[in-house]
Amino acid sequence: MRARALLGPVTALVAAVVIALLPLTLSDYHRSTGALVGVFFTAILALDIVTGYTGQISIGHGAFMAVGGYTTAILTHDHGWNDLATLPLALAFGFVAGVIVGLPALRFSGVYLALTTFAVALAVPQIAKNYPDFTGGTEGLALPTHSGTWLYYVAWTVAAVAFVFAWLLLRGRTGRAFRAVRDSEIAAVSSGVSLPFHKTVSFGISAAIAAAAGSVYVLVNNFINPDVFGLQLSLFILIGAVVGGLGSLWGVIVGAAFVELLPIGLTSSSFTSSELVPVIFGAVVIAVMALLPLGAASLLQRLLHFGSQTGESSDVPLGTEGT
Amino acid sequence: MSVRVDRSWIVPALLVAGCIGLVVGSLSSSLFAQQTLSGLANGGIYASLAVALVLIYRATEVINFSQGAIATFTTYIAWQLMDWGLTYWLAFACTLGIAFAGGIALELVAIRPVERRGNVLSVVIASIGLLILVEGAIGYIWGNDIKFMPAPFPAHIYRIGGVAFSRQDIATILIALASVFVLWLLFQFTKLGLAMRAAAVRPEAARLVGIRVSWMLSLGWGLAAMLGAVAGMMAAASPSVLLQPSMMDGILIYAFAAAVLGGLDSAAGAVVGALAIGVTLNLLGSYVSWVTPQLLLPAAFVLMLVVLLVKPSGLFGHTTVRKV
Amino acid sequence: MPLLALRDVDARYGQVQALRGVSLTVDEGEIVAMLGANGAGKTTTLRAISGTVRRSGTLELDGRSLARTGPEQAARLGVAHVPEGRGTFSELTVWENLRLGAHTRRGPLNDDFQRVLGYFPWLEGRRAQQAGTLSGGEQQMLALARALMQRPRLLLLDEPSLGLAPLVVAEIFRIVRELNEREGAAVLLVEQNARTSLSTAARAYVLEVGAVAYAGTSEELSERDSIRRSYLGY
Repeated sequence: MRARALLGPVTALVAAVVIALLPLTLSDYHRSTGALVGVFFTAILALDIVTGYTGQISIGHGAFMAVGGYTTAILTHDHGWNDLATLPLALAFGFVAGVIVGLPALRFSGVYLALTTFAVALAVPQIAKNYPDFTGGTEGLALPTHSGTWLYYVAWTVAAVAFVFAWLLLRGRTGRAFRAVRDSEIAAVSSGVSLPFHKTVSFGISAAIAAAAGSVYVLVNNFINPDVFGLQLSLFILIGAVVGGLGSLWGVIVGAAFVELLPIGLTSSSFTSSELVPVIFGAVVIAVMALLPLGAASLLQRLLHFGSQTGESSDVPLGTEGT
Repeated sequence: MSVRVDRSWIVPALLVAGCIGLVVGSLSSSLFAQQTLSGLANGGIYASLAVALVLIYRATEVINFSQGAIATFTTYIAWQLMDWGLTYWLAFACTLGIAFAGGIALELVAIRPVERRGNVLSVVIASIGLLILVEGAIGYIWGNDIKFMPAPFPAHIYRIGGVAFSRQDIATILIALASVFVLWLLFQFTKLGLAMRAAAVRPEAARLVGIRVSWMLSLGWGLAAMLGAVAGMMAAASPSVLLQPSMMDGILIYAFAAAVLGGLDSAAGAVVGALAIGVTLNLLGSYVSWVTPQLLLPAAFVLMLVVLLVKPSGLFGHTTVRKV
Repeated sequence: MPLLALRDVDARYGQVQALRGVSLTVDEGEIVAMLGANGAGKTTTLRAISGTVRRSGTLELDGRSLARTGPEQAARLGVAHVPEGRGTFSELTVWENLRLGAHTRRGPLNDDFQRVLGYFPWLEGRRAQQAGTLSGGEQQMLALARALMQRPRLLLLDEPSLGLAPLVVAEIFRIVRELNEREGAAVLLVEQNARTSLSTAARAYVLEVGAVAYAGTSEELSERDSIRRSYLGY
């Protein structure tokens, strides 16, 4: 009994050690790829909070990453701030953006909410292009470079902090409230859970974490322009979250590795031409959905008989507007 | 005692008011008339794709993210047929047939295995995977460069009362509306159409009367792909759209906005929504100076959001909003 | 040979076993009732017959095995299942509902429409009305009419009296008897309303906890003390 309860923290510790030591075996270039996996880890974790745990589907997290990314870029490029110092501000702006988006979310649910977040994700890059003086427009802004090692450790430190924060948050009262909102709004309200508060807060927290991911993202690329945060990014974060398994913090690493490493692996392998990479990647996504519709985490649960500590990963209510 | 105000007249009244506004504007300004017409043409393209989205959504609650990419793929097939010597209209007709078969095949191979065991979200993700796959396939088969798509008719301008109307715009509107109309006839007046509608609203009850519900779904995908092909062909014929793998990406997004604005389970709503978006964006672009081309996409969504805030299930949608 | 024969049929919903070794028969042209409390397995038995639930055991329609047939096939074989909740297509019109009933039939349907209107003349004026706006009793009758369009050999009726006023219930049962006599359709009737069922059906089965507890003619069952106490209320 005791052993099972320890399994979670022990695995986390082992993972942390592995991640910390991994760069020793990698070249500098691969370390920056590792940093990107860390960025996606943080972004997917963010999405999981609002979609997997609170049941509010969002296809627009690229927009929140953009908020963080532009905060960091503008402050660093135009005002000479130190890059890491911009992170707290990115978190703050992200939170505000999340709350703003979360407000209309109170009125919509399911597929209408999804498409609203989608709209936000598409609108943000367009708006950024429209104000080039402020954002550098389509040409974007260049940022100082850093070594792969520095980027790797920054990305994974941010990821680790986000993970621990999420883990603590989700196993406490707030987490239970979020899950209550996801599973049954009526039951939640009857138990005294305030829907508007929890729905907006979950968006806020999720957006803040995504913004942090966005900040690191622009640092890794040492460049920012609106197209970086386009539709593809938001879709990839969603794919990563679902492939990993919604409502499970452990699935996040699988999802992040899947969306970042699989395309790169396919491109650099010599067995297939680079033009076939999207075809293969798309096919793999479909196959994964056919075989493991609830994501890798469900496989993990089955293998280890984990009564998941994070609550049952139930179907996200897409399209269930109410009976 | 509170009095329940019957608000069901608001939407039709607004639409009628909008139409009157358009007619009056068109009569008083030739620029207005031209922009309205080309806005309707764009709207026609969005409408075809939006109805395709609604068709699949109504049957499965799934938003098919690959609808645009499939439309692009079928347009490339038309291009290829023309490249091999077929005339435009013959290629168009063949493409419709191929799209129908292709849509059915895609549903059987890519979607059904996911649907069997998965939930709505996993099917949506599969459709995103399909989007990536199809666009990649276009690049692999035909390359990513821009192709030249022959026009269906030589460009011709009709002049009525000092206003210039392009033949292509008029043809687009007619063809798009005709295809949606034909589909409507199919659904309302044929045994198969009735079976498809029944399978979409009540699959369990439909099985009990002998309808093969999963086959109805495959047909739905086939029809949606045909509508997509129409949208793609009309888009490619438009001078401002280039034939490349990402051709329908932007149009898909306007189609989403239109479908949501109209109410995701209403095809009529999708058509009205699409035409409204097409016309409104064109007029905004012409008359409001700070609306730059970059702001058109956000503008479409602002329009969508405004409608949703007033009527959360869309213009003609039926979903009930449960307030807690 | 009976029209419908079930032997040792099991059915489960996930981990829960709903039917244990149910055996029953229905002969051509018979009306047979299935009684039992909530959760006894009556609805599940009908679902097992139409193939809507996973089941094992022997199920035969006219000697032909139903083991691999799903609901779409069952309808083609002449089984009309009117489920709990009537299975009405609420969003479609009355006329469309009737039309759908005849989905498995080929050829012109005028005769069928005339026959159906013979039993339910009031349907004529309501052709274009949305089925969901009909009253409960009207919807039940529409469901029967829809089943009739199919020209079924076996009619499976799940709780036709549910939620309806006594007068309406009496009317519906009268129509069921008439359909049985004039169209020759066998009827397997699931009901909690034991009294009306026993007066309509020739034979009955009583299910308890997923298995057949009693079987016999309606007279025999009405006489039994245990049945009277538990199901007839006296």
